[in-house]
Amino acid sequence: MSRIELKKLVKRFKDTEVLSGIDLDVPEGSTLVLFGPSGAGKTVLLRCIAGAVEQDDGEVLIGEEDVTDVLPEHRGIGMAFQNFALFPHMDAFDNIASPLTACGKTADQIRAGVDTVAKLLKIDHVLSHTPKALSNGQKQRTALARALVSRPKVLLLDDPLRNVDAKLRFEMRLELPRLLADQGATVIYVTQDYREAMALGDRIAVLDGGRIIQNGTPEEIYRRPATINIAKLFGDPTINLLDVVPQSDASGVYATLSDRRIQLDPGLSGNVGRECVLGLRPEALSFTTANDGVPVTIEAETPFNEKAVTLVTTLRKREILVSRPAETPAPTSGTAHITIDPSDAVLFDRQTGIRLDPNGTTHTAEKAA
Amino acid sequence: MDHRSPVERILRALALIAIVVFFMFPIFWIVLMSLQTNETILRSPPSMSFVPTLKNYAAIISGELDSNAGTMSIHFMNNLLNSILLSVFSVALALLLGVPAAYAFARHKFRGSEDIAFTLLSFRFAPPLLVLLPLTLYFQALGLANTYLGLVWVYQLICLPLILWIVRGYFEDISPDIEHAYRIAGHGWFATFKKIALPLAGPGIAAAGLLAFIFAWNNFVFALVLASADKQPVTVGALAFVTASGIQYGQIAAAIVMSIAPTLLLALWAQRYLVEGLSLGAVKG
Repeated sequence: MSRIELKKLVKRFKDTEVLSGIDLDVPEGSTLVLFGPSGAGKTVLLRCIAGAVEQDDGEVLIGEEDVTDVLPEHRGIGMAFQNFALFPHMDAFDNIASPLTACGKTADQIRAGVDTVAKLLKIDHVLSHTPKALSNGQKQRTALARALVSRPKVLLLDDPLRNVDAKLRFEMRLELPRLLADQGATVIYVTQDYREAMALGDRIAVLDGGRIIQNGTPEEIYRRPATINIAKLFGDPTINLLDVVPQSDASGVYATLSDRRIQLDPGLSGNVGRECVLGLRPEALSFTTANDGVPVTIEAETPFNEKAVTLVTTLRKREILVSRPAETPAPTSGTAHITIDPSDAVLFDRQTGIRLDPNGTTHTAEKAA
Repeated sequence: MDHRSPVERILRALALIAIVVFFMFPIFWIVLMSLQTNETILRSPPSMSFVPTLKNYAAIISGELDSNAGTMSIHFMNNLLNSILLSVFSVALALLLGVPAAYAFARHKFRGSEDIAFTLLSFRFAPPLLVLLPLTLYFQALGLANTYLGLVWVYQLICLPLILWIVRGYFEDISPDIEHAYRIAGHGWFATFKKIALPLAGPGIAAAGLLAFIFAWNNFVFALVLASADKQPVTVGALAFVTASGIQYGQIAAAIVMSIAPTLLLALWAQRYLVEGLSLGAVKG
């Protein structure tokens, strides 16, 4: 009914192709997070779906129906803009009520609808204020309320937490999943923040340079990133990337780090001798008291609330981050040894940056599921 | 919060007074002149002490002009009415045509849109006298010469480009996202234009309308050539004060006061619509 499908969507501005053949399928009632750096084309993509921008090629289907020629006001979409886009000459109430006035509701229905959503978003006390008199957090909630008030089947949220302070962003990140689930709408959520992406998305589509590079569950994106870039964008502290050349002998395929072997998946034997980058999540590394670990020198430790991150260097002065739960014992200076959990290691081609899969073939961008 | 020192504040006040005196003195002097007879105006040295008289105003309003050579009748009140009619209808027509056009130029980049907009602006470059001769011939052939319709039409050369270019800038300043948001909320493009674009560009439209009104009011040459006595505005009508028997300074001054009064009042009234900052707080980032 409200599944969103994009088929080979192309958008150009002058001669630059901003979107180059986007295929995407968002099943009804699910949340897709569109993740990517600035200028990746996320906002343009949302506008194509909303009808604010017309695509040059390809189709947008909402609920199995091609809406390419449907005007934005008839697409039945709720949208929250990154810059809020509130109507400055109307008070918050009229702002939120605007989708209801469009469909000819009575004054009582409008009042009831606005009050419900305003209570839900805790802005019922500022409904008489104009946008100028609202704080950023209130503006953001007003914009969100306006998108939600008519209970649209399709919700497009363009980085709605971008312009609010860290505390509110944290609160909203906790609140939003429940809010979106209650709506039962099909949601496309744009963000540049990987935590938001991981917290909100049933699936995450990574957009870069006008293409979808990877489309998968948050778990897949985190553990099996399609490219080095995606690996770097997801995760804090960032993934350790080490230049290696896989080798093999009778015991299997391995890479070496400070003369210690890191056993790799035997399926990677096709990549022996290739210049590669080994990706190791900081939490896959741990300190060990045994002497057979990789010898490292401890440089600095950064405590976070829930974890502590230690920067260490190997014998060849390669920097590695090691993460461990806070309050667990670890050496704080001098030399130490670390062990590596090879099951979490990801191997990339150094030239192309693309992940190398154990089945021997290089990975290509996954198709929209 | 005023963080300035007293000396700085006094200096600022003095500077402001100097500026106000500089700009307001001619108007003040004209008002004084309009309350004097020709004799007191022309005495030497000039003096600020005189017995005010409303004779000049009475003469202008009644249309009976006293001069040394006797009484002659003028149509100043008729001219004033003409000025009001021509300016009001010209600006109204220019707003009706110019505001939607400005919106189109601001929001839709179509082929040749810049060229059309620039051509409209170029009407302001050409010296009016250059177009007047052919225009007079055309107007006579079309029967538009010496009609209000013809004059209002020609006045579009003054008003339309002004309104188009000023209002276009205001429309361009409105974030397109605000309009997109209204469209996506389910409103058609015309409702969006009416409920979002027009109110937000309101101060700009008021400013452009006011400017266009002043330009139209002050126009001289179009009306001089294209209109005869009964259609002439005050700018042309004032020529009647230069008579064979001398220049009636007092009456000219009274006429000037009466002819700047409407624009002055309009400007004062429109001031509250000129306040900017209406769109502050709409978007962020």
